[in-house]
Amino acid sequence: MSLNPIAQSHDLGFLSFAQAETLSPHEATTRNPVIQVAGIRKSYGKNVAVDEVSFEVTDGEIFGLIGPNGAGKTTTMECVEGIRTPDRGSISVLGLDPFRDVYELQERIGVQLQQAQLQKRVKVWEAMHLWASLYRKKTAMGDELLEQLGLAEKRDAWFMTLSGGQKQRLFIAMALINEPEVVFLDELTTGLDPQARRAIWELVRGIRERGKTVFLTTHLMEEAERLCDRVAIIERGKVIDIDTPQRLIDRHCPERSVTLATDDPLAQEHLARIPRANGVERHESRFTIRGTGDGFVTDVIQCLSENRIKVTAFRTDLPNLEDVFLKLTGHSIRD
Amino acid sequence: MLRGLWNLTWLEIKIFLREPLGAIGTIVIPVLAFVFLGRATASASGRVPSTSPLNSLLSSGGVPTLVSILITISAVLSLVTIISIYREGGILKRLRATPLRPWTILTAHVLVKLSLTALTMIAMVLAGKRYFAVGPDVPLFSFTIAVLISTLSILSIGFIIASIVPTARFAQPIGAIIFYPMIALSGLFFPIAQFPPALRAVANVLPLSHAASLMQGIWIGEPWSAHVGDVGALAIAFVVCVAISSRVFRWE
Ligand SMILES: Nc1ncnc2c1ncn2[C@@H]1O[C@H](COP(=O)(O)OP(=O)(O)OP(=O)(O)O)[C@@H](O)[C@H]1O
Ligand SMILES: [Mg+2]
Repeated sequence: MSLNPIAQSHDLGFLSFAQAETLSPHEATTRNPVIQVAGIRKSYGKNVAVDEVSFEVTDGEIFGLIGPNGAGKTTTMECVEGIRTPDRGSISVLGLDPFRDVYELQERIGVQLQQAQLQKRVKVWEAMHLWASLYRKKTAMGDELLEQLGLAEKRDAWFMTLSGGQKQRLFIAMALINEPEVVFLDELTTGLDPQARRAIWELVRGIRERGKTVFLTTHLMEEAERLCDRVAIIERGKVIDIDTPQRLIDRHCPERSVTLATDDPLAQEHLARIPRANGVERHESRFTIRGTGDGFVTDVIQCLSENRIKVTAFRTDLPNLEDVFLKLTGHSIRD
Repeated sequence: MLRGLWNLTWLEIKIFLREPLGAIGTIVIPVLAFVFLGRATASASGRVPSTSPLNSLLSSGGVPTLVSILITISAVLSLVTIISIYREGGILKRLRATPLRPWTILTAHVLVKLSLTALTMIAMVLAGKRYFAVGPDVPLFSFTIAVLISTLSILSIGFIIASIVPTARFAQPIGAIIFYPMIALSGLFFPIAQFPPALRAVANVLPLSHAASLMQGIWIGEPWSAHVGDVGALAIAFVVCVAISSRVFRWE
């Protein structure tokens, strides 16, 4: 029940603050780069964790790094945050060098690490209070953030008594305490239940709406697809492709399919004549028609209505990032 | 830059006092042990007779100095342990992703340890007053300053250990291996002048011998001017250790 407050969190002031300057992803891509990563490489002993990774994140976008376990997401992100030093390559964040200007950079960014702990017996409000005191910029939104993240009633609880999801939400709150210009979220919804996950998505969109930039990692394709303006797919330390989720899908998995059920004896004949269809498969009274292009589904519907084919079931299957991932890497992200 | 220092120090004190054994182990037990000792040897008058060997050990300054060093070393070991727990648990890493400097973190912990050491000392003096005839000639204020100077210097050795010890499991043993021989060489048990020359040289380089000489001297009423060399040696040790540890400090 502690989750109820966050479910409604999008009604709260923090998120609706500056809705006047809401940006669409299109506008965002024409803006300045906030993060520039060029050819970074990082190895641990003989193991090359990140190899020749380059990308840019522009002002006001939600940029996601997706890839399976051990792909190098955390390593890449920590190099950008200035808490790891790449062996090679260059990084610029807000015009700063994360290695040379690390303290100045920390003032202006907010970081949620994939794995973090606090002192066992520190209280939730004390952690927020301490964090607020570490930054040059003074803000008083500690309690507001706790409220938004559904932690208000845990204000006086010791860190060690929080559940995994509550700790995760506390770390997200701490990452936002200095009103950062760029927010880094490493596996932001790991360990959260679906309701909390949705609330966090809302919160992240709210951050973007206030003109801030969000750099996140995830291995949930649904999360990347719904939340990110652009994603980079990373595997074995290399970036395979970068684009908006939709363009990645269009580029790598342009084929979509319609599955329908009909008893019409002439169905197969008619369906095979659909211009954009690549093939029709039949299993008894079920047909699966594959095709490419935006007009394909309309073509199928048109064919059905022109030929007065009666259908008892109809389903379209659009490819998603999961399919793109499978296509590009030859395996599912979960393997 | 001191931003965050007071908040962190105060928070660490509160957290320390929440540890079930922390406060009892560092403050209550030493004071209680001291009081029991006084009680057990006290005569009918309620005081430890001035002829008791305990009182003569006290007035020579050997016992208060040893007690101070032991308290300091337990503070150092607990500093080393805490920092290594923070490193192992990823707390340091989380603090790193903020504008906080590593030495602000160390300073906060040093302040916590110093205030606890001071508190323990004061409690002991207050509790001991009833049993021990500490003459009015014992310069308690100067002695406290001497203890604080020594503590800072000894803590700085702890910095180096704390900066590099990878896990909490190693922190205590490594600290103990380094400090117990130092106590043996401190001159409290065997006069340094009687050491073979090589050992004497080692003892003179180690800050503990200077700490012992400073505290003992101040206790028996020697002037500060007689201990400029000790204070200087302790200061140099402090500066060197801080410089080394700021180079070797590891966040994770
Ligand atoms: N501190 C370290 N020491 C040695 N090897 C490391 C270290 N951190 C990461 N690695 C290795 O680097 C590679 C990339 O790890 P990284 O944590 O960046 O992956 P990730 O994409 O974040 O994975 P996950 O989805 O599990 O979080 C892995 O093979 C890992 O074993
Ligand atoms: Mg990771």
